[in-house]
Amino acid sequence: MSATISKLDEVKTGPWSGGTSPFKVEYGKIMMWLFLLSDVFTFTGFLVLYGAQRMFIQDTWPNPDVVFQSIPGITDTGAPLVFVGIMTFILIVSSVTMVLAVEAGHRNSKKEVVTWMILTILGGLTFLGCQALEWSHLHHAGFWFGAIPDAYQGEQAMGATQFSSYFFAITGFHGFHVTVGIILNIIILLMTVNGVFERRGTYLMIEKVGLYWHFVDLVWVFVFTFFYLV
Amino acid sequence: MNTDNNISEAHRYAHAEADMTKGKIWKVFFYLLGLTALEFLIALGFVETGLIEKGTAVIVVYIILTILKAYYIVAYFMHLKFEKKGMIIMLGMPLALLVYLIVLVFIEGQYLGQWLFK
Repeated sequence: MSATISKLDEVKTGPWSGGTSPFKVEYGKIMMWLFLLSDVFTFTGFLVLYGAQRMFIQDTWPNPDVVFQSIPGITDTGAPLVFVGIMTFILIVSSVTMVLAVEAGHRNSKKEVVTWMILTILGGLTFLGCQALEWSHLHHAGFWFGAIPDAYQGEQAMGATQFSSYFFAITGFHGFHVTVGIILNIIILLMTVNGVFERRGTYLMIEKVGLYWHFVDLVWVFVFTFFYLV
Repeated sequence: MNTDNNISEAHRYAHAEADMTKGKIWKVFFYLLGLTALEFLIALGFVETGLIEKGTAVIVVYIILTILKAYYIVAYFMHLKFEKKGMIIMLGMPLALLVYLIVLVFIEGQYLGQWLFK
């Protein structure tokens, strides 16, 4: 029996041999990033298809300034971009309150985390409410999956049908992501209130859910540009 | 046992990154707000009033502003700028390749449209 340990049996501690994370990031956080990367592919798939179709039938595509010109409850015509501007603003603000919650988590300040998380959830719910108003307005105007108002006739009907289906599919998928984000936010809010992270000694979970929430904001930035502006 | 491991791992990285101060967060917020306001200025102030024709140039400006906004969200809010270079490359490379896909599909879409309708 020899007392020396062979090279193979030594415990390896280097970053690329299983000792520590090579990225200095916790396992769950890397997994969240990789999930978000795969979600980027999903949304890119949708938006690329939308863009290609729009290039394909450029001439008869409905003008977004004409389709989106109402503020629910205030005016039905003549205000393009105003309502969606408010929605964009709400989502950016809720993203900021989320970073502030993460920042409070770094300082282990439970009270502040709870405050910022509640504000984030409220922002998310307001955004979803706005989207519901927008959807119901467009639905009453005659748009729906595969359905268009009678005003679009002949050649115009092709672009309008494509536009309508893509709009509801992509904003619907985004809205679904917002809904999931709100549920996750509520779960971690309850965990914070119950002191789970305080006992654990780290608020890293807020950071992971925060990544998801920022991603939702990120997707909206692109949806906003390609549906409402361009 | 497994949970204990996770918790101790979480502890190891928990305080590694406290460089996003409150002041910085609000600064990035105002950048994002400014970029969005600029988009609205172009859309409502210039294009809607007829000062500028809505064409390729305007669309390119919109896309640049969008990518700038995306950069601020990913780099600062999602904290990617402060991660290790290996991680930035791991997440950035696929996104760079997506640009290739987008260009290809758009060229193809445009060609198909011209071929069918003209």
